[in-house]
Amino acid sequence: MNLRRDVFQAIADPTRRAILILVASQSMTAGAIASNFDTARPTVSKHLQILTECELLQQQQNGREVYYQINAKKMKEVADFIEPFRNMWDDRFNKLEAIMKNYKPEK
Amino acid sequence: MERKTKVDAENGKQEILITREFDLPVELLFKAFVEPEIVEQWMGTKVLKLESKKHGSYQFETSDPKGNVVFRANGTIPEFIPNQKITRTFEMENTPFAVQLEFLEFEKLSEDTSKLVMQIVYKSVELRDQMLKMPFAHGLNMAHNRLQEVVNQLK
Repeated sequence: MNLRRDVFQAIADPTRRAILILVASQSMTAGAIASNFDTARPTVSKHLQILTECELLQQQQNGREVYYQINAKKMKEVADFIEPFRNMWDDRFNKLEAIMKNYKPEK
Repeated sequence: MERKTKVDAENGKQEILITREFDLPVELLFKAFVEPEIVEQWMGTKVLKLESKKHGSYQFETSDPKGNVVFRANGTIPEFIPNQKITRTFEMENTPFAVQLEFLEFEKLSEDTSKLVMQIVYKSVELRDQMLKMPFAHGLNMAHNRLQEVVNQLK
C-alpha cells in the first residue's frame, strides 16, 4: 500500500512533473530527457528511476536504446484521487434527493 | 447512476467547490439541511444538536456498528437565510484539523428543481489536500482490510 503514497510523493516534485509532461507527448531516451534540464544527468536518472518504480513511467527497449513512456493507466489513477471524495458527497446527495422526493409534510 | 455532483479543487487554492442540482423544489432541498431527523438519514450520522438559525450551533456524532463513537463534529452558524443561504463552521473534535468554513448557497432553478453550491474553505492548501484525500485513503484501507480478511481465510 506504500506504492500509492509514493506516487503522490513522486508527482510532488517539480522536476518529476516536468519530466512527465515532457514524456507525455512522445517516448524519449534518458539522454533526450536530460538534455531538456540544466540538472546533472545522474539527478535526472534518479528522477526517472523513481517515476519508473512507482509505475508512472514505463521503459521500452528499442534496439540498444531504452525509451521512457507515460503509463497512461497509472496516470489516470492518480488524476482520479478526487473521485472517492466526489463519490462520498454524491452518495449523500442521492440519498437526500430520494428522501425528500418521498417527503410528506406532517400537517 | 448519473454523475450529478461536481467537485472543483483548483491546484494551490485552499478551498473546494461542491456543486449539485436536485430534482427538488428549493424549499425541500433546504429543509433537508434544517430538520435534524432528515439530516440524520442522508448524512448517516446522529444529530445531537441542530439549531437552524442565525447564531445557532450544531453537533453531530457517528458511531460504528458496535456503538463506539468514531467521529464527532460541531460548528456554529453565523448566517442563516431560509431557502437561500447557510454559513457554518465545521470542526472535527479530538483531531488536529483546524476548523473549516462552509458556505452553502441554495438556488431555485424552476418550480421543481434547485441547485446547491457548497464552498468549503480550509486553513491551508495542505489541509485542503489532506481532507480531499481522506476518502481516498479510507478506500485504500478498506481494500487493504478486505485483502487481509481474504488472506486470513487462506490460513
